[in-house]
Amino acid sequence: MSRAPRRPPVPVVAVAAVTVAFFVLPLVGLIDRASWSTLGHDLTSADARSALRLSLVCSLSATALSIAFGMPLAWVLARVTFPGRALVRGLVLLPLVLPPVVGGVALLAAFSRRGLVGSHLYDWFGIQLTFTTAGAILAETFVALPFFVITVEAGLRSMDRRYEDVAATLGAGRLTVFRRVTLPLIVPSVIAGAVLSWARALGEFGATITFAGNIVGKTQTLPLAVYLALEGDPDLAIALSLVLLVVSLVVIVALRDRWLERS
Amino acid sequence: MTVSADLTIDLGGLHLDVAFAVAAGEVLAILGPNGAGKTTVLRALAGLQPIDAGTVAIDGRVVDDPGARTFVPPEHRPVGVVFQDHLLFPHLTVLENVAFGPRSSGTPAAGARALAQEWLDRVGVGELAGRRPRRISGGQAQRAALARALASDPRLLLLDEPLAALDATTRATVRRDLRRHLAGFDGATVLVTHDALDALALADRVLILEQGAITQSGSIAEVTTRPRSGYVADLIGVNLLRGDAHGTTVRLDDHAGSLIVADPAEGPVLALIRPHAVTVHRRPPEGSARNHWPGEITGFDLLGDRVRVRLAGDVPLIAEVTPAAVAELALTEGDRVWASVKATEIDTYPT
Repeated sequence: MSRAPRRPPVPVVAVAAVTVAFFVLPLVGLIDRASWSTLGHDLTSADARSALRLSLVCSLSATALSIAFGMPLAWVLARVTFPGRALVRGLVLLPLVLPPVVGGVALLAAFSRRGLVGSHLYDWFGIQLTFTTAGAILAETFVALPFFVITVEAGLRSMDRRYEDVAATLGAGRLTVFRRVTLPLIVPSVIAGAVLSWARALGEFGATITFAGNIVGKTQTLPLAVYLALEGDPDLAIALSLVLLVVSLVVIVALRDRWLERS
Repeated sequence: MTVSADLTIDLGGLHLDVAFAVAAGEVLAILGPNGAGKTTVLRALAGLQPIDAGTVAIDGRVVDDPGARTFVPPEHRPVGVVFQDHLLFPHLTVLENVAFGPRSSGTPAAGARALAQEWLDRVGVGELAGRRPRRISGGQAQRAALARALASDPRLLLLDEPLAALDATTRATVRRDLRRHLAGFDGATVLVTHDALDALALADRVLILEQGAITQSGSIAEVTTRPRSGYVADLIGVNLLRGDAHGTTVRLDDHAGSLIVADPAEGPVLALIRPHAVTVHRRPPEGSARNHWPGEITGFDLLGDRVRVRLAGDVPLIAEVTPAAVAELALTEGDRVWASVKATEIDTYPT
């Protein structure tokens, strides 16, 4: 039995259109306000170049750390049954909902020179994380890692584990099974998790400025530079914002198979 | 014995407790309804499911013995497994799939690939070596899966419903080829299936597993001529009734009727009546047959050029007649008819 196509209710469509406008207008405003003639000059200024370079270094380092530390954690959460697993998962997810500035304060409490761990790091090894690039990377990793862990854990849970069984019966040890079977089968999840955590690290503001400060060339990443430029050089702020906007669009396009239906 | 197992596994709703042995070159079929624990037995042999008590030994080596805290993980057991839906690794070519076992056991890449190609040729899919599993048919994939399991030179081959996912035509040809490969395999084979035809075509011996326990075991001929459970009787399509014998009379346990049999016996017996030995009449029959019972037709099944008539009554039966007989007697569902069976056509044996 086929249903006659019905007209969608007008009020619902109207509200939906308003919502779309709400998302589109700020982007239009950004593009409208951009001073295209000086864009090249703005983006190649010393401060802008330094912020761009620092953002790339910090976000890629944070992504690498998220993969290195997130992969074993995702595997443990997906494959090992242990008491308190739900609690551990909750703790890992906490940075997703925690206001980033609170994350920064918490990082200070733990890793500053007087912090729980930071004091020992300083006393024993002379390592200081606050107000350093390493600190900015730490702050970005703190907020980016959960994205990698939840994405890869979901991939590990949804894969057909019988492939791992087959590999074991063929004589493959656990590491070989992971390397030659599990990892290739969850590659889409690993890529998606890495891209998500990289995008999150790139846009990180609150935790970074709270924990690592706002030092040009050391901790002033793109979002921090945008915020600072807004006061004295709005054209530069908009130019840098456009860079971040383009990156976000690229991420959405790259992950479209995952989120957007293909019709 | 190449493989001996005496194992207990508790799986929530199912308590599995079985003991059996398989010799080198022998094929044992484990036959049973869904949920009987067949696949769990296979997983226990492969090391994918630790047993709770008992021992499993393969090729003279104990691989699982909870009492002695012995457990050999699957990668160190000489087993090969073929799963129902082939489970070829989707990210590897067919050749790399078959080379996976030899590679894992340390064979250099070139040697492993040559060995894999050899096995693929042997099972008849050598020309598909470079393809991905999703680009080959179900029958071809199942052959490649067999090559993969055999390429690591196992002493025990485990087949978990290897033909169940195939369509009828493919199934017949793969079954025939599988039979040939099993004949050439010198290790032990355990085949899990719910298809009596697979067991008949491939196995030397069968083991009937129902609700975690072995209800019957023996050669195919023994099991089919003397079924011991309703499951087996249904599987091979015969009537099996349980009763108490006093001389030549058998009073049925679960039904009101009784049977007259030729050979006198005492005590609990099973009575086997082949459907073609049952005749159906419109009126009470008058003849030499010692047994006749009224019944109601509850349904028909077409089986080749025969019709199986299901009858409910004091003695529930399946009768096998020709389509011509159904037409001539104008039999329809709900009709009240008479069934008769000669006493000499009823086999009885102790339970």
